[in-house]
Amino acid sequence: MQTTSKSGNAFTNNPIVKAIGLQRIVVVLAVILEAVLFSILSPAFRQYATVVSILDYSYYISFMAIGVTFCLISGGNDLSVGTGMICYALAGGFLVQQMHMPVWVGLIVTIAMGLIFGVINGVMVAIMNLPPFIATLCTMLITRGFGSIITGGMAVSWPSRSSPDGWFRSMFKIINNGKIIPVGFLIVLLAILIMSIVLNKTKVGRYIIAIGSNKEAARLSGVNVIKYQMMAYIISGFFAGLAGIAYAATFSSSVAPGTGAGLELDAIGGAIIGGTSMTGGSGSIIGTLLGVFVMSLLKTGLPYVGLQANWQQIITGIVLIVAIYIDVLKNKHTA
Amino acid sequence: MGEVILTMKGIDKSFPGVHALDHVDLEVRKGEVHALMGENGAGKSTLMKVLTGIYSKDSGTITYEGREVEFHNPREAQEAGIVIVHQELNMMNHLTVAQNIFIGREFMKGKLIDDAKMNAEANKLFQQLGIDINPAEKMGNLTVGKQQMCEIAKAISHEAKVIIFDEPSAALTEAEIEELFKIIRDLRAKQLGIVYISHRMDEIKVITDRVTVMRDGGYVGTLITEQCTKDDIINMMVGRVIYEDPKTASTVPPGAPVVLKVEHLNAGKMVKDVSFELHKGEILGFSGLMGAGRTETARALFGADPKESGDIYINGTKVDIKSPQDAVKHGIGYLSEDRKRYGIVVGKTVAENSTMAHLKDFLSGVFIDKKKENDVTQKYVDRLKTKTPSVDQLVVNLSGGNQQKVVLAKWLVRNCDILIFDEPTRGIDVGAKSEIYHLMNELAAEGKSIIMISSEMTEILRMSDRIVVMCEGRKTAEIDIAEATQENIMHAATLR
Ligand SMILES: Nc1ncnc2c1ncn2[C@@H]1O[C@H](COP(=O)(O)OP(=O)(O)OP(=O)(O)O)[C@@H](O)[C@H]1O
Ligand SMILES: [Mg+2]
Repeated sequence: MQTTSKSGNAFTNNPIVKAIGLQRIVVVLAVILEAVLFSILSPAFRQYATVVSILDYSYYISFMAIGVTFCLISGGNDLSVGTGMICYALAGGFLVQQMHMPVWVGLIVTIAMGLIFGVINGVMVAIMNLPPFIATLCTMLITRGFGSIITGGMAVSWPSRSSPDGWFRSMFKIINNGKIIPVGFLIVLLAILIMSIVLNKTKVGRYIIAIGSNKEAARLSGVNVIKYQMMAYIISGFFAGLAGIAYAATFSSSVAPGTGAGLELDAIGGAIIGGTSMTGGSGSIIGTLLGVFVMSLLKTGLPYVGLQANWQQIITGIVLIVAIYIDVLKNKHTA
Repeated sequence: MGEVILTMKGIDKSFPGVHALDHVDLEVRKGEVHALMGENGAGKSTLMKVLTGIYSKDSGTITYEGREVEFHNPREAQEAGIVIVHQELNMMNHLTVAQNIFIGREFMKGKLIDDAKMNAEANKLFQQLGIDINPAEKMGNLTVGKQQMCEIAKAISHEAKVIIFDEPSAALTEAEIEELFKIIRDLRAKQLGIVYISHRMDEIKVITDRVTVMRDGGYVGTLITEQCTKDDIINMMVGRVIYEDPKTASTVPPGAPVVLKVEHLNAGKMVKDVSFELHKGEILGFSGLMGAGRTETARALFGADPKESGDIYINGTKVDIKSPQDAVKHGIGYLSEDRKRYGIVVGKTVAENSTMAHLKDFLSGVFIDKKKENDVTQKYVDRLKTKTPSVDQLVVNLSGGNQQKVVLAKWLVRNCDILIFDEPTRGIDVGAKSEIYHLMNELAAEGKSIIMISSEMTEILRMSDRIVVMCEGRKTAEIDIAEATQENIMHAATLR
């Protein structure tokens, strides 16, 4: 049962390649390849507006994906982020639109709702020991229904950019004389930076990795596994709330109840493509961001080459299968 | 031996259907190594888990450093200075060595973890122990032996006053055991109290000062190691004397047909040009040091790992074994050395595990015949004396040695003609060991052929009719039992 260290080839042993990580290099190449491919296939793709559109998609997917990454690393999953995000944005928007509360209240409520459902998921997984996949599948249903109930089945419009309450939209996109500056990317980068530190340099992150790697060992080492497993879901809920805000702020259309299902797959897909393991214990936030770009490029690019919603779903499904298969192969090699 | 540091008195603990501890006593002094002995399922691990707060006791008292204590979780015990190196390794493979050692009490720089300091502190520990491990290495990349050393380093880093070793040597090589003993002697010199659990009688005489023996969850007695013999201890453990004499001559009838012939087998780095024959009714011992390529040979033969070249003949016919299914179809069974990984499904019951390899015999129509499954399982539970309240017990709740018996049952149910036993008695107590030996002899007498891979010299000399010795992936000797001695086997095992 000797574990011999695997001797890769010259490329994988190159110190620079090692430092960045082979997977991340591959993902960056995939993003570039995708962009080049779409540009060749569709002249219309080659414009600034496309970049803005890709970024628009990337904001809410990134936030969901950051949260989901923590759940995946802890050995679990969170399927409720997609419908959750819409539900929280509905609740916040409802207060603003129908109850005429200030926007900042709506924003706080959106995040608070995310936190509450994060706690609910955490309780089910960490305390009641429900399988994460099923537990969060149930919250996926619940948030979907709950969103409709709050608004009485009506779509909710957050204040438009031109209205005095529209300032929150400038957090993600500043429009100046028709020029669009996608500042939301800075917020995403900041979140990525902070959460990378949380994952790699704080107890929360360290214990979440430990639990995903070997829960019993973590417990016997005196780690409060219930608390930290819950933390993963609370983080995920918080970021689903942020995703709800990003969604409401970037898209001018109203937020419609009953939507959001399937969006969690963009996030989970991003995380897995970025190298986070489905079986827990390893993953990286920066990798997740790169993976998210693979997904948001797909979302933006496919319509340009004439592939509409149905095809997008098929292609997203195939991309996910490939990503998960790569994860399976990786685990086989390290086992 | 110094003053008493720890006293457990009248400890009682029941699980559903199992009275695991029945008024057990234990006393540990400073600067002693105290052996805790007993058959599989006697309750040794459970007693130590009660002590360290993993299980709560039903009754009894624990006095530590003069005060009565009760720990509610492992952390409280650690903080008080009682730490345990578990029987099953408890490592987080995705974290580094240093991160594993300091898990739960990281060095902080403000709100952030100070990994550099943790690496430095881990290095200090390793120096103190005289072992060479890179603290920044991922735990999953270390060998089992090195991981064990890390567990010990972790235990020591707690400023421990009492350290419990639960079968630390089961997965270690001879050299690593020497290293371990050196460390334990150092700790003893520093006046720590040490509890040492092992089934290896030789070790008990070498390293321990006193022995407490348990049987069936009860306390039998405590002896001073110097003043007793191995047989005294065994007698207390099993209530009878067991003799372990080496075999002097092969019991295979001359002219027994060759059932398995392996020619020029090559597989990966660890199997180089291995050829041998196995006769009907023969026990063929595979000896060698850890990493000699014995398990790899068995796995290649069994189709578990790909082979590059080589021919396999069963009863004279060339066969093509590409997967374990092929091997099983040709009547080969393989009992893995690593039962957790390959042998059993811990979350399933004894009955489910026992019939897993041969489920089609237990079907009536499309349904599993539960009664037949239970009856057959019960037969093997009785034959192997597996200690379990019922065949419906989850395997995860059995003691280590009894889990091994379930693996055995699984392949016996399968009724294979050729059985590969890879370290069949690892972690198994002397009584159960001799039962497994009896069973292997019976199987051989029935005409089954056995390949037995073993790192224990006494086991090789006691069981084998013929011995294949391997070193670094090559066969270096084939010795008939009549000519075999410890010396000529060891010589061949180190022949480069
Ligand atoms: N969590 C549990 N639930 C039910 N039964 C248990 C549990 N843990 C241990 N037991 C039972 O308690 C008894 C004592 O087990 P224990 O693990 O202490 O034995 P042991 O002396 O350490 O044996 P070994 O030498 O095989 O490791 C066994 O019969 C075992 O099946
Ligand atoms: Mg035990």
